[in-house]
This record gives sequence, structure tokens and C-alpha cells, in this order.
Amino acid sequence: MSALIEAKGLTIHRPGSHDTVLQGVDFRIEPQEIVTVVGPNGSGKSSLIRALLGHVPLAAGRVARKAGLRIGYVPQRVQVDTTIPMTVRRFLSLPRRVSGDVAARVLTHTGVEEVGARQLTQLSGGQFQRVLLARALLHDPHLLVLDEPTQGLDQPGIVAFYKLIEEVRRQTGAAVLMVSHDLLVVMRASDRVICLNGHVCCEGTPQHVSSAPEYRALFGAEAEGTLALYQHHHDHDHDHDAACLHPHHHAGAS
Amino acid sequence: MLDDFFIRAVLAGLGVAAVAGPLGSFVVWRRMAYFGDSTAHAAILGVAVSLAFNASIYAGTLLVALAMALAVSVLATRGQAMDTVLGVLSHSALAVGLVAISFVPQARSDLSAYLFGDILAVGRTDLALIWAGAAGVLALLAWRWQRLLTASVNEELAMAAGIDPRVERMILSLALAVVVALSIRVVGSLLISAMLIVPAAAARGLSRTPERMVGNATLIASFAVLAGLSASLRLDTPAGPSIVTAAALIFAVSQAFRRG
Repeated sequence: MSALIEAKGLTIHRPGSHDTVLQGVDFRIEPQEIVTVVGPNGSGKSSLIRALLGHVPLAAGRVARKAGLRIGYVPQRVQVDTTIPMTVRRFLSLPRRVSGDVAARVLTHTGVEEVGARQLTQLSGGQFQRVLLARALLHDPHLLVLDEPTQGLDQPGIVAFYKLIEEVRRQTGAAVLMVSHDLLVVMRASDRVICLNGHVCCEGTPQHVSSAPEYRALFGAEAEGTLALYQHHHDHDHDHDAACLHPHHHAGAS
Repeated sequence: MLDDFFIRAVLAGLGVAAVAGPLGSFVVWRRMAYFGDSTAHAAILGVAVSLAFNASIYAGTLLVALAMALAVSVLATRGQAMDTVLGVLSHSALAVGLVAISFVPQARSDLSAYLFGDILAVGRTDLALIWAGAAGVLALLAWRWQRLLTASVNEELAMAAGIDPRVERMILSLALAVVVALSIRVVGSLLISAMLIVPAAAARGLSRTPERMVGNATLIASFAVLAGLSASLRLDTPAGPSIVTAAALIFAVSQAFRRG
């Protein structure tokens, strides 16, 4: 298979009940692609990620990961307990020990080469996210999976973080699968966007998704902002404006 | 050398200190203090059971402590508030244990030996069991070290690395039950969790990595054993509480040297 991960008909129940979190979701990600999942709170974004990683049982459907696929994962809201003394350097050696050279390389890669000796609890939010990304880059992943990696960052921090992710993709050739709330930035940084609300509402290029009625129904005023972004871009290219308004590429809409 | 009761007491105390450092660090990191308490309190029930059936105290406390650890794990997954579950189990275990032990005539007289330990009465067999148990627990923790640590830092990160956090939790529960069983003669049921928590808490502020914290906690626990036993000998104070008092003093001093 060419896809890194391919899933068909994923259905997930809330643990210990029959409430459906996700229903009949199809998904695939190709090498070097940046795919972002957007959706309101409780729309099953993190559940989708965790199902693709094999951390939660499936009620139906199947997930195929390419043989030998190496994944670098940054979970949502990682909190490191203040009771554990832990330097950044030591953290990178969990659970697999890495050499000092490798640790220095990934920290340089994510622009935080100076924090190696610092305690995790002394890092700023932005530095901590970069350390998590550095850790995910150990062992040369084919795919980076980032669950709301910019949570708790301010606007300049968010923009800088997405720039970094694009840069990492360019340098390492890793594909990136992200969950995000930052609609505006996502729309600029992704190859493909999946809009999720228990099922796939719409998916496609950022341009396509931001003009889809399902997306605009879900995100309301915030969606207008991302649409404006594209309309602005398209002032110089008038051919496609009409195409945006009726979603003919609709995959999985219901 | 082992003929001297004081030497035996020192060696028994150091055996407990050797495991209290690493295991106590996990208890602090994973906020298992109350969990340690309930397992330790259950040991009194274990003593009552052992005496009633004429069995080894170590076997009885180990079994009951394991049962307690299992009960906590099961209840915790049922969505009860953890501190409430532990509060109920911890105090119930102690109360039921004290009631049960009152039915065993020979135990009534030296109840305080089980509550606060009787380290000066430790014999050669006790010593052998304590050190064998300590070696077993240390080997277990060393074997699983990287996994236990990763699961304690963050369960999601652990799962992504193919580690099952539930397995690591069970291993710590098992280690805790063994340590409770082997320290009951040394510091007693009420003070076991103090031996786990106080040295590790004192070491926290002085350490920059998990390994240093474990090393410092072990040193502090060992020093507390030596200081407590010497004080007990000179001032004729109870040995177990003297050891814990020494650890508490070190904790107080350590707060002045915190490194954040």
C-alpha cells in the first residue's frame, strides 16, 4: 500500500457504553502529506487519532498501518507532574535511551537547543511543545501525529509552531497528521483538511473545505474568516471562485 | 556479628531503606501516598489472619496487602473518586484489622509491635526475608525501570511506545505489597508509608533527575535508620517512630535547600 495509514468504516464507542463517538469514518494519509483534522469539541478528533494509533478498541471498521511504519506522537495536553524531577535531556531518553548527539540534533531541529539541561517544569508553553516535537522526531518517524500541538500558545507562538512543522516536513520528509483548533493557520499550513463531527462532514483541500456549507455550519463566524482568506487570495485568480460555492468534491458528506 | 540485636536492627532497617528509596519515589511521582497507606493498614488485618492460622506473618501480610492493592485497582476503574475509595479502604482495613486482632489473645499484648514495628526484636530469619524481599523488589524495579518511568511521566506517551500503563501499575502494586510485608517488623503498619514518602519527598527538592532522586531518597532513608536507631538506643525512645522522626527532620532541613 502507498498510504502510511488507511482506515475504513471506523466506529468507536465511548468506553463502557454504546454511545457512538465516531461513526463510519474513512481515512488515509500519504507519505509527506500534511493532513489536519478540525471539528468542534467532542467531535471525536482525539478518538480518531487514538484509533489510528491503535490505542482504543474499535466497535467496527479496520485500520491498516504500513508495515514498519515509525510514528512520532505528541499527545494532547501533556502534563508532566511537577513531582518528577526531569531534565529535557533525560526526558528524551524515555523509554528508549538516545545518545547525547541525537538528543542535541532533534533539539536543534526544533529550535530549542539551549534547554537540554533545564527541568521540564521550567519551560515555557512554546518551549515545551517544541521539546515534545523534538522527542517525536527521535528514531526518524515516517509520520508525525500531533494532537492539538498549539494548545496554550499565543498567536505568534502558534504561527511559529506551524512554520516549524512545515520546515520539519521539508527537512525530514515525514508526513504530518494534526488535530487543531487554529482554523486560520490550519488552512494555510495543510495539504488536506478533514472536518469532523462524529463523522466526516467534509474533506479536501483547505480551499475546498473552507467554502463547504457543512464546515461553515459547524464553525459559523470563525469559518467566514477562513473563507475570506481564500477569497482574498483569489482576487488574483478569478477562475475558481464559483467552484468553491458548490462542493462537488464531497467525500463522505452525509 | 549478627548475634548483636542492634546490628540486626541496623541491617533490617537498611534493607527497608534500600527499597523505600526507589519505591517511595514512585509513590511520590504517581501520587500514590494514600494508596500506600491503605495497603499498609491492610497489613494489620494480615497479621490477625496469620496469627489465627498460625502462619508466617510475612505470608499473611503479603496476601492481604496484595488483595488490598487489587481491590483498589478494581474500584479505581469503576469511576469512583480515588481519594474517597482509598479513604474508605484505608481506614476500614485498619479498623477491621484491629477488631480481628482482638480475637487473637497472644497478639493483643504486643499490638503496638505490629502498629509501630519492633525492629530491635528482628531475628536472623527476619533479616534474611527482609533482604531477599528487598533484592527481589529492587531487581523488579531495575528490570522495568524505563517503562515504569515513562508510564509515570505520561500514560499516552507510554502507550505510543508500546507500553501498557496498566501492567506497570500492577507491577508497582505488587512491589508495594511486598515492601509492606517486609517492613511490618521494622517500622510497623502505621509508619510504613512514612518510610516510603518522607525520604522521597525530602529528596525531591535536591534532585534534578529521577535517578538522582532515587539515590538521594535511599541515602536519606538509610541515614534516618542509623540516626533513629542510635537515638532510640541512647534516649530509650521507640525505634520505628524514632527512625521516622529522623526522616521528618531531614525533610524539614531539605526544604531550606530546595532547587525547585
